[in-house]
Amino acid sequence: MSCEPWQCAEVAATKKANPITKPEVAVALIKRSARPILVVGSNATDRCMEGRQLIDFLIDFAKASKVPVVATAHMVSEFLKRGYEPAGFMSAMDIGNRLVDPGWQGLDGKGHPDLAIFVALPYYMEALILSGLKHFAPDLKTMTIDNLYHPHASWSYPNGTLEDWANNLKVMTSKLEGGQ
Amino acid sequence: MTSKNVRVKIGEMKTSTGLVKNLELSIGKIVDDSWAEPMGPTPMPSLTALRDWDMKLLNKYKPFYMPACDLCCLCTFGKCDLTAGKRGACGLDIGAQSSRIVLLACSIGAATHTGHARHVVDHLIEKYGRRHPLDVGGLNVKVEAPVTRLVTGIKPETLGDLEEVLEYCETQITHCLSAAHTGQEGNNLDFESKAFHAGMADQVGMEVADIAQVSTLNFPKADPEAPLIQMGIGTVDTTKPVIMCIGHNVVPSVGIIDYMKESKMDDKMEVVGLCCTAFDNTRYYDRAKIVGPISWQLRFIRGGFADVVVLDEQCVRTDMFNEAERVKAPVIAASEKNCMGFKDRTKDPTDEIVADLVSGKVPGVLILDPEKVGEVAVKVAKQIAPIRKKMKVIPNIDKIIALAKTCRQCNLCQRSCPQDLKIPAALKAAAEGNIAPLTNLYESCIGCGRCEEVCPVKLQIHSFIIKAGEKFMIEETNLCRAGRGAVQDVEIRNVGSPIVLGEIPGILAVVGCSNYPHGGKDVYDICREFALRRYIVVTSGCSAMSAGSYRNEEGKTLYEEFPGGFEAGGVLNVGSCVANSHIAGAAIKVANIFAKRPLRGNYEEIADYIHNRLGAVGLAWGAYSQKAASIAAGFWRLGVPVLVGPHGSKYRRMLLGREDKLEDWEVYDARTGDKVNVGPAPEHLFQTVETPQEAMVAIAKLCIRPNDTWKGRSIKLSHYIDLHKRHYGTMPPDLHLFVRTMADVPMTMKDEIANILKAKGWKETVIPDPTLLPRMIRKKKE
Repeated sequence: MSCEPWQCAEVAATKKANPITKPEVAVALIKRSARPILVVGSNATDRCMEGRQLIDFLIDFAKASKVPVVATAHMVSEFLKRGYEPAGFMSAMDIGNRLVDPGWQGLDGKGHPDLAIFVALPYYMEALILSGLKHFAPDLKTMTIDNLYHPHASWSYPNGTLEDWANNLKVMTSKLEGGQ
Repeated sequence: MTSKNVRVKIGEMKTSTGLVKNLELSIGKIVDDSWAEPMGPTPMPSLTALRDWDMKLLNKYKPFYMPACDLCCLCTFGKCDLTAGKRGACGLDIGAQSSRIVLLACSIGAATHTGHARHVVDHLIEKYGRRHPLDVGGLNVKVEAPVTRLVTGIKPETLGDLEEVLEYCETQITHCLSAAHTGQEGNNLDFESKAFHAGMADQVGMEVADIAQVSTLNFPKADPEAPLIQMGIGTVDTTKPVIMCIGHNVVPSVGIIDYMKESKMDDKMEVVGLCCTAFDNTRYYDRAKIVGPISWQLRFIRGGFADVVVLDEQCVRTDMFNEAERVKAPVIAASEKNCMGFKDRTKDPTDEIVADLVSGKVPGVLILDPEKVGEVAVKVAKQIAPIRKKMKVIPNIDKIIALAKTCRQCNLCQRSCPQDLKIPAALKAAAEGNIAPLTNLYESCIGCGRCEEVCPVKLQIHSFIIKAGEKFMIEETNLCRAGRGAVQDVEIRNVGSPIVLGEIPGILAVVGCSNYPHGGKDVYDICREFALRRYIVVTSGCSAMSAGSYRNEEGKTLYEEFPGGFEAGGVLNVGSCVANSHIAGAAIKVANIFAKRPLRGNYEEIADYIHNRLGAVGLAWGAYSQKAASIAAGFWRLGVPVLVGPHGSKYRRMLLGREDKLEDWEVYDARTGDKVNVGPAPEHLFQTVETPQEAMVAIAKLCIRPNDTWKGRSIKLSHYIDLHKRHYGTMPPDLHLFVRTMADVPMTMKDEIANILKAKGWKETVIPDPTLLPRMIRKKKE
């Protein structure tokens, strides 16, 4: 699969995301992280795979991995409707802004996240936030688990099909069962 | 007022003392200052005069940068890689570079409006004379130019008075732009302060442009019942010749409309407009029609509706000459800023120009005389309409199905689409004879045409989408209220108290361009939601068109459903881009007329008042341009929060408060000098929101102000809680930050909220007389 930015003009600069070639790589990175968070954007209910919405895959993933979820936009209501309570909810800009603040102690007040995983934001918004984090949060690692390549992340899956995406999410979920 | 460049020349004069011959007197400036109000501390502020105020805001609302590019390539030292803390050859880091880009955007926007104002004022002075009085609302508007008065300390009375105001703007914008040169400003916050300065100058420039045209061209004058204008291509009688005006500057359109009337062609021809020119055409001539927002240019040109295309300035597609040529519609470029490569035919005989355009000898001409533009446009439209027969370049459905079969499914169209529209899937379905997925793209397509630019088999994808959505296009028959211009002083008196005390829960200004994430319906929904909640909803520009483009269950557009006054539950369209100044003007007038705060050259105090007391928020759901950036910057300096839709994140810098940092939310109580924590009110100064649901919750929250009375706060909280529950499915987690006393809590939720407050360890606090300015403290603490 291609490691070119999904939106053609979102060209990478001098520092480009490492490709996640298989879900086991992402799993290893998540396991290595002490304080990961998962930021879920508004496309979580717009994308469907195998007859299920993306948000349902993400709930499975979050429950298995125990990675705390930050819902952006109005996604908190979609999580609550499905019986899952995210660790926090705020605008995408707010979570980005907190992540660049080294003094922010995370959603639980126990320490700054060391890995921010992004998924399901509008591509260009996610790209910009990842760029902000690349420049202004030097100690933070970032990852996307979208099926679209994001050059500004530390790690990103290549551009892939919906089938690839569903498979990646399922593999990650199964391998993180019981917590990261 | 001041008069400039006075010259007296006497050839020969006999007096009791002798004979005077060839006496010539030249006086640079006469100061005739009859405005009794004393001058405030910052008339015509320099680049740094309001820097302290800016820093107060920037300390509360710190920039969050999201660089669109890691590099700087503005000088020959570069390209410089600024990634993650590296400085470029000039010493600039990525934070400062990001704010420098913001400054550049705001300076471009401010220069554009001010350049527009300069052209309008020069033209109108030539036509009506310097002494032509300014009149924006008759006896209903005594404070005719609140922004100008506030910023410059000048009370303009005539067209000529506006020249000095414009000179001030031009000087300041030049300084702002110069600060972006390599090796000038180096600190990110100072760049930001200068961006605010550009935004402030922009508001003045916009006000000048609009009050000049309102005063001379018989536009509606602060009229809540400005006429309802037909809007949508379905309202256009396409059996008649159609002249389509695109852009923002009404002057050439006035030439067209005047000539049409003079030659008694007004019943035989249609004048329609796209973007703000459309608004100002309809303010001048209520039979002109609005066909849509700026992003629909390709749609209407390719659809063949226009027999002549007249381009003025700003937001015009720069390939319009190519597009118009494809449908054999001659183009008249009418602005020095937008010559389109055409030969300047201003001095040529009219009939020669007409013959060249009608015969197709030339595809377009540049004409810089608006009267001549009018005559040529009308004559060409009349002659060419029967020849063109509304020629269009939209393929029929059979052709689309055949062409769709050549699609390689390479995905480049989707990957180039700003909306990430699923074009390959729609083409695949079309190839199988199913057009419905293409039709579904019509509403979300912003009309940029990037899909076509990248298609390796050169499919005219945008045209396919237009054809598939043709039914919607030709059925667009809506109503938009003509731009009313300013808000009346009496309206301010009527609502000043309930706004400032919080009983009218807020003013929502829905403004700006049409780069929407999912079509214009979101704008309509948001406006209607808040009008029903008795907020004052103000619209302008392309957003005002989108607001009027949908109907309620009774078939009424927003402008029919709600009154057009500046009142609770009113929906008022102030007009075109430059009319945005009236929104700032209304806020300023609340401080001046209702609260009696001195206006003249008194920026900081008025901004402090607005920031702490006036529950106003701007929403630019589809903002795309540099002008939108400068408009926002003008509101930032006034302390008014601005929200943008998801594409607005591409402005690359937000100004965000941190509600979790309690220490950021202290104000002085002007009565005692005590510092009081008032919570995050308003929480942000500039923020991107991702969905319309998020926008609605954010709007309700951003209307909360420290000065709200308990009754007002209770009303505002009830809206915030209600919208939060509806869209987020839960109570707001930050509710305790906005409750000062139990009286603030909405009556129907007392018990539930009392439990929440108890769990949060909430403590009662006072309602201060809030200010960020120590000098406003009336009694110093011992």
